[in-house]
Amino acid sequence: MMPVIFITDGFIFLLVLMVSGYIFYARRHEHLSAPWRAVACRPLAMSAAIILILYIVIGLLDSFHFHAKLEATESSGEVYSTEVSSILDLMLEDLRNNTERTYSAPLATYAFSKEMLDLADGKQVRDYPRLKYGGAHLTDPESERIADIGKHVVVGLVCGLMISLLLSSLLVLFLAKGHELSFKQAALKLCRNEFVVAWTAIIITISLIITVACSIYNLAQHYHVFGTDKVGQDVLYQSIKSIRTGLVIGTLTTLVMLPFAIMMGLMAGYFRGWIDDVIQYLYTTLNSIPGVLLIAASILLLQVYIGNHADDFNSIEERADLRLLFLCIILGITSWTGLCRLLRAETLKLREIDYVQAAQAFGVSNLSIMLRHLLPNVMHIVMISIVIDFSGLVLAEAVLSYINIGVDPSTNSWGNMINGARLEMAREPIVWWSLAAAFIFMFVLVLAANLFSDAVRDAFDPRLRH
Amino acid sequence: MLPLLICCLLLCTGCDNSPWNNPYPNQDSAKNIYYDSFSERPKHLDPVSSYSANEYVFLGQIYEPPLQYHFLKRPYELVPLTATAMPEPEYFDNEGQSVAEDSDTAAIHRVKYTISIMPDILYQPHPAFAKNASGKYLYHDLNPEKLTNIHTLSDFKTVGTRRMLANDYVYQIKRMAHPRVHSPISGLMEKYILGLDEFADELAKIGNGDAGSNYIDLKDYKLPGARVINDTTFEITLKQKYPQFIYWLSMSFFAPMPWEADYFYSQNGMTEKNITLDWYPVGTGPFMLTENNPNRRMVLERNPNFRGEAFPSTGDEGDHLAGLLDDAGKKMPFIDRAIYSLEKESIPAWNKFLQGYYDTSGIVSDSFDQAVQFNTQGDAELTDEMREKGIRLLTAVTTSTYYMGFNMADDVIGGNSERARLLRRAISIAVDYEEYISIFANGRGEPAQGPIPPGIFGNLSGEAGINPYVYQWQGDKPVRRPIEEAKVLLAKAGYPDGRDKTNGKQLVLNLDTPAAGPGSKASFDWLRKQYAKLGINLVVRATDYNRFQEKIRKGTAQIFQWGWNADYPDPENFFFLLYGPNAKIDHNGENASNYKNTEFDELFNQMKTMSNSLERQDVINKMVEIVRRDAPWLWGFHPVGFSLHHAWYKNAKPNLMANNTLKYTRIEPRLRAEKRTAWNQPIWWPIALMLLLLIIVLLPAIVSYRRKETESIL
Amino acid sequence: MISYILRRIAYAFPILVGVNIITFVLFFVVNTPDDMARMQLGMKRVDDAAISKWKEERGYDKPILWNTNARSVERITDTIFFQNSVKLFVFDFGRSDSGRDIGYDISQRMWPSLAITVPSLIIGLLAYITFGLTLAFFRGSYVDVSGVVLCVVMMSISSLFYIIGGQYLIGKFLHLVPISGYDTGLNAVKFIVLPVLVGLVGGIGASTRWYRTIFLEEMGKDYVRTAKAKGLSETRVLYQHVLMNGLIPILTGVVVILPSLFIGSLIVESFFAIPGLGSYTIDAISAQDFAIVRSMVFLGSVLYIIGLILTDISYTLVDPRVRLN
Repeated sequence: MMPVIFITDGFIFLLVLMVSGYIFYARRHEHLSAPWRAVACRPLAMSAAIILILYIVIGLLDSFHFHAKLEATESSGEVYSTEVSSILDLMLEDLRNNTERTYSAPLATYAFSKEMLDLADGKQVRDYPRLKYGGAHLTDPESERIADIGKHVVVGLVCGLMISLLLSSLLVLFLAKGHELSFKQAALKLCRNEFVVAWTAIIITISLIITVACSIYNLAQHYHVFGTDKVGQDVLYQSIKSIRTGLVIGTLTTLVMLPFAIMMGLMAGYFRGWIDDVIQYLYTTLNSIPGVLLIAASILLLQVYIGNHADDFNSIEERADLRLLFLCIILGITSWTGLCRLLRAETLKLREIDYVQAAQAFGVSNLSIMLRHLLPNVMHIVMISIVIDFSGLVLAEAVLSYINIGVDPSTNSWGNMINGARLEMAREPIVWWSLAAAFIFMFVLVLAANLFSDAVRDAFDPRLRH
Repeated sequence: MLPLLICCLLLCTGCDNSPWNNPYPNQDSAKNIYYDSFSERPKHLDPVSSYSANEYVFLGQIYEPPLQYHFLKRPYELVPLTATAMPEPEYFDNEGQSVAEDSDTAAIHRVKYTISIMPDILYQPHPAFAKNASGKYLYHDLNPEKLTNIHTLSDFKTVGTRRMLANDYVYQIKRMAHPRVHSPISGLMEKYILGLDEFADELAKIGNGDAGSNYIDLKDYKLPGARVINDTTFEITLKQKYPQFIYWLSMSFFAPMPWEADYFYSQNGMTEKNITLDWYPVGTGPFMLTENNPNRRMVLERNPNFRGEAFPSTGDEGDHLAGLLDDAGKKMPFIDRAIYSLEKESIPAWNKFLQGYYDTSGIVSDSFDQAVQFNTQGDAELTDEMREKGIRLLTAVTTSTYYMGFNMADDVIGGNSERARLLRRAISIAVDYEEYISIFANGRGEPAQGPIPPGIFGNLSGEAGINPYVYQWQGDKPVRRPIEEAKVLLAKAGYPDGRDKTNGKQLVLNLDTPAAGPGSKASFDWLRKQYAKLGINLVVRATDYNRFQEKIRKGTAQIFQWGWNADYPDPENFFFLLYGPNAKIDHNGENASNYKNTEFDELFNQMKTMSNSLERQDVINKMVEIVRRDAPWLWGFHPVGFSLHHAWYKNAKPNLMANNTLKYTRIEPRLRAEKRTAWNQPIWWPIALMLLLLIIVLLPAIVSYRRKETESIL
Repeated sequence: MISYILRRIAYAFPILVGVNIITFVLFFVVNTPDDMARMQLGMKRVDDAAISKWKEERGYDKPILWNTNARSVERITDTIFFQNSVKLFVFDFGRSDSGRDIGYDISQRMWPSLAITVPSLIIGLLAYITFGLTLAFFRGSYVDVSGVVLCVVMMSISSLFYIIGGQYLIGKFLHLVPISGYDTGLNAVKFIVLPVLVGLVGGIGASTRWYRTIFLEEMGKDYVRTAKAKGLSETRVLYQHVLMNGLIPILTGVVVILPSLFIGSLIVESFFAIPGLGSYTIDAISAQDFAIVRSMVFLGSVLYIIGLILTDISYTLVDPRVRLN
């Protein structure tokens, strides 16, 4: 294996590093960790957090890219495939490779549309062909299918429950140790939801996820759980692969714009005068350009660049990655203005406060006033805006893909799935599963993000903290 | 909120029986109106610059070139439209002596077509012809001030007409060279029509004419290649033999253009108002464009001055049985109005067709299964749902080809080396177009065996016609050679298992494509799958249309997908896509894969001027063999057009060459109104159910609210 | 007041210049005049002569910023930038790359956009305020909790699903309204119902939740407690005090989007084939007709700035404590 790091991968790793740094820092500072503890006490928020973590883990697994090694030929040394895979691809290799010819419904054993079939006696009939992989182990699918699916689900459920039980007891052990309780007391307390931290919600969510995941995993060994798309690719695989795209758009956009927004906002509010005028001018100008048009123009610009430098990109993934990054940057440019304005207003207020005035009187440099006194006091605004923007950005991706100015058409993304599914809606019988899969995956993520951001806002917003 | 909306709806729809979802005014239901849709707004309606099928939908009904294709007869046959008879070419040598048609091409110096047209053909009513009592043109001295209150052509109150003259045809030919008009065929015609190139230079020198106006009075300039003999006769002279020229005479490039219209539209201030020849055609045909609102709809209305052509009384075998000759000899056109509505999205368009709001529809791939199924013999037939509605299906192999081209100027995939040829042939076998057709076109296509589609002279059917490099004949049909053979070819080319023999690296090829809408991802994935069968990594470089064009032009693309629609039913129109001197990079021609083969080019020049005969077939066979061996294209497939018609649509027969087919169409509005009502009864219960549910959910809340209310009073 | 408005308008000028330069640079870097010509001239048989003809006719053969061949003022005016961008300031949009008068097109397509956005806004406001007030009134009860949950759920659904679902259910299955299209006059009503409904449903989640917060904040204030203490009934407090005071932030929030109603909604219009400015823009993007896109960007910026000014004015109108300076 030869690892490759795409630009977005790099940013993701940077982001992970920053978040871990923040956690480390926040743990040691009461004013930062207190709101988070408040978040941790809210059951709904913690369930949402668990789901978000699941998505993030999948997205991270999909961010370790590499070229697979090819078998050496007689004339060469080490040779690597030109295709780029990720660790997630390795884990989902079966899903990825078990492609059918064309559409098949979820859990189907027969194809979705009729085809000419050659019979053993040389005759031809037009009928639904058996799928290559979906339910291939069955001899008589019509009678066995339901029972077989049931069996796989039940086995999956049982496995899931066992694992959940194991995890729960581990948690109880951990809690018992932490709170100096007996195992039984701790278990009872957990059942009655009496811990301050919403451990009950957490363990229930984890158990649910594990149980569902086990059943799906078990089913996916033999069936296409969400069916297959027009060219026979597994829809479940596509939906899972789309997670990274959604997360990247939701997080990198904020990451990219954050330094500008914070710097400009603080400067405008702190220095006032002409600097304030220039910065205000800048963001009013950018804000007044309709966002979609700006994005359209920039995406076209990128295409020109890629078109003129076609040789710099060896793989589709690289091209798609650059486009994804570019989209993040452009979305960042169109969305930083809101945060910047909020920060400016807050800074204007803060700079009149005694300790800032005092620092100024002592001749502390402007830079360190901004960094040490102003920045920490506006961080709650930044935090709130990050979590609130996230879900909006994930939704925006789908809309942009609709007008063909979203991610690269070869990228797996929910927007592309929905976009493709629009035409499938006209089929009779209707092909609903691509749309449904994209809907479910996207809905769960955005819902979790919304619930989580609510809790974060409540915890951090000083106006609401009473 | 919902009840409010519903009330609103009730008010405006009235309580009659007519369907609620009727997108047209209800009072129009019984009228003799034809309804269709268009998906892309036409860019040009000037007959000399228009060159695309979606524009011909309108232009074909308005403008009348001298010739047309017979509506019913197959193979396609040219018949006179405004001409009195088919023009016969006369050949002359360089001394002006008449020579026989079959004499040596080099000896032929001039070709003359004399065309006489019917007298008494009138133009549609149009303000350009309007005169006052003293015979002066009413609207020939316009200026921006006078145009203040004018926004569309219909704002001119007075209209007039005049007889069409031979001079109008000549005027139009001269317009091809007009410096302000972009005729896509001017380059081609300058090669053939005598003096057209010098004429263009002459006009270019005159340049802008008087300031602000771009009108050049073409009547004042002489074009030796197009001469008026008298009011009903004109002649066209060509510099060399060009038998395909006769086909051009059926296209709107050669429709008559009255100078009054040209002058009228070129007056100062008209362009700023969008009142141009490009938007408001002036013709002699059965219909005229009365509403041109490409944002919403285009309306064609019966031309009151139309002379009344008779429906053809002869046809192919079977046409009689199919009822296509029921109207024989009757005066056309049959419909009063044709309304074309803009439908960007294919799904609403399809659903409206099913609801009876469009009279005819193509079938998008995704709604195919709903409409069509294949019977046990493999023939397409309608589903029961469609048959119940009385819908009828028509199919025709189109005279077009969709291919995947290799850029022959590319180092890896192109070139004349044996290595590259083998590589291309291996790919030819690997890319399974049968599967492509079945997945993406629902079987509506015929895998191509060479550049020439069926229905065009030179295409051979059966065993003789297969491409032996890709197919083998098994039993009664061609079967694609197995992938193993492709692998062997690939190994011979130096890429065993898709990896370079010298360094073991995987072969990477690039497909350039203009990024398209939804569904393109599926086809990219499919293509990658095909190349992956050979171990080749195909990189799809999606870009925008301009960038794609630029790549093709500069020859930096590697593999690309393209298609060609026949201009006229002659093999020359397909072979010229592979003719060396038409190469894209050197000559900016139509040979996008930059294929160059001297032997092929010589044969092409020979074939071009031959008439359809056994000798021509021989030459064609040789040419086909050369290109099959070199494989500059994956031959792709020829799509089969499926179209659906409602029961009230009469006289439907697919004709891929003719554009002026609307005049043959007859509609039965009463049947249509009945069916529409029957199919579109509104369904209410789900809405009622939803309201009920809402009330049930809110009930406890309302009760507690009432209680609270009383509490606070106490 | 008037001097303030004048000052704001003067301040808007450099912003528009900035917008103009940004769009001009973006679009001309992306698309050379050659590209535009090819795009507009179509696919078959296009040669260089035709392209230079086209460019000359549209004035795209001129230098971009500085014409060295011209004299005096014309050095600046006889350029692509001046001809295509500066003229926008007097709302002379010129002709689109496909040859149509953009100003006339805009004046025509504005009305269908308004026909969708204005009812959407009014009905939407009424509905969201009703819902928000209801939730606030029942705060803490099961109506409130389930309502808020429903709001979050509805917020989490992409607007595309609402459009696709609405078209499918109401247009295709129930035969209640035409699936798409548009007509003039009263006939337009049946085409407008569905887009408005879809827009309404799509906005319920976010707006209702927001309005609920506003009303709750209002309810927590002292004067409400006073009013209640005086013995006013819950209903009267709600309508007379909470609603009236809550409307202030809501309406001032609405003022800023008023001008942009002209632009219409990009996605809804192109899904329902409404010939408004939104679909005009989308078409222009996909046809790469940058003359139109530039004009729409400019128009959008102007309307946005007008919206900002209107907001400021409306603040002073509702709250005399705010001074404009």
